[in-house]
Amino acid sequence: MFTQKILRKVLREKAFYFFSSIGNYIGESAASLEEFVGKIREVNPKSIEFHLYRGDFEKWVDEVLGDVRLAEKIRELRNQKLIGEDLQDQLYQTILKRYNELKTGFT
Amino acid sequence: MKIKRRRIALDDLDWKILYALQENARQTYSETGRLLNVAHSTIYERIKKMEEHGIIKKYTTVVDLEKIGMKYLIAVMTVITDPKESENVAEKLSEFDEVLEVYTSLSSELLIIAKVVAEDQNKLHSFIAKSVAPLPGVLRIRTSIVTKKHKEGLLVGPNFNAHASKERRQLNSGGGVSG
Repeated sequence: MFTQKILRKVLREKAFYFFSSIGNYIGESAASLEEFVGKIREVNPKSIEFHLYRGDFEKWVDEVLGDVRLAEKIRELRNQKLIGEDLQDQLYQTILKRYNELKTGFT
Repeated sequence: MKIKRRRIALDDLDWKILYALQENARQTYSETGRLLNVAHSTIYERIKKMEEHGIIKKYTTVVDLEKIGMKYLIAVMTVITDPKESENVAEKLSEFDEVLEVYTSLSSELLIIAKVVAEDQNKLHSFIAKSVAPLPGVLRIRTSIVTKKHKEGLLVGPNFNAHASKERRQLNSGGGVSG
C-alpha cells in the first residue's frame, strides 16, 4: 500500500516541472517516480543543479510522492556539493536504486 | 449609453483631448479647454461622444507601490505553447492576480507574452512552476526579471502614427467623432 502510493502517477498539477533557472521551464516534467528517474538522466545537468540546491527534488519526493527515505538520500547527496554530470550520475543512481527497491518490494 | 460601431474616425481636436486626458484624466473641461484653446462646452461634447463610442474605455488610477512600501518585482514571461491550446493558456493566465498583461504573438512559434508581478524571486518561481507550467499546452517558458523601468504610461503619444493622422485629416474635414 505504502509502496503503491509512492509509485503512483500524480495529477499534472502535482507533477515535477524541470527549470533551468528562475522562471525558465525547459519543457520536461515527471508525474511519477518512474518518469522522474528517466528525466533525471535526460535533462541538462544545469537543471539538476538548479533544483537540487534549492531543495526542490527532496521537497517533491517527500511532499508529493510521500517517500521520506528517498528525500533523505537526496538531501545527503546535496551535502556532497557535487555539480555537473557527476551530480547527475549520482542522483540518477540514488533514485534508480530506490525505485528498484520499491518495485521489487525490498524497502 | 455605449454606441458600438466598427470604425470611428477622430479629428485632431479629439486626439489632442485624448493626449491631454492620458496625461491627467482629472483635469476639468475648462482646464482642457484652456490648454487647447477651445470652449469647455466643446471639450465636454467631444469627451461625452468618445465615452459613448467606447473610445474612452475608463478612467483609472496609477498607484506607486514603492511609495506605500510594497516590495515587488516585475517579470516578462514568454510562454511557448501548443498552437491548439494557446487561447486557453492565454485565458487561464489572464485569470491570475499575478499576471498584469497578456499578449499573443506568432513568430516562428506561437508565443504568449505576459507581464507578471511577484513579491520576490522565490514567489515568482513558485507561481510559474505551480500555476503556469502545469497548464495544458505549455511547452516551454522563458522569464526575464525587469531590473529597471525606463518608460510606462501613455498608450499613444502625439507623434504616434503621424502619417495615418495626416491621411485622416485629409479624409475628415472637421467633423469630430464620426462612425
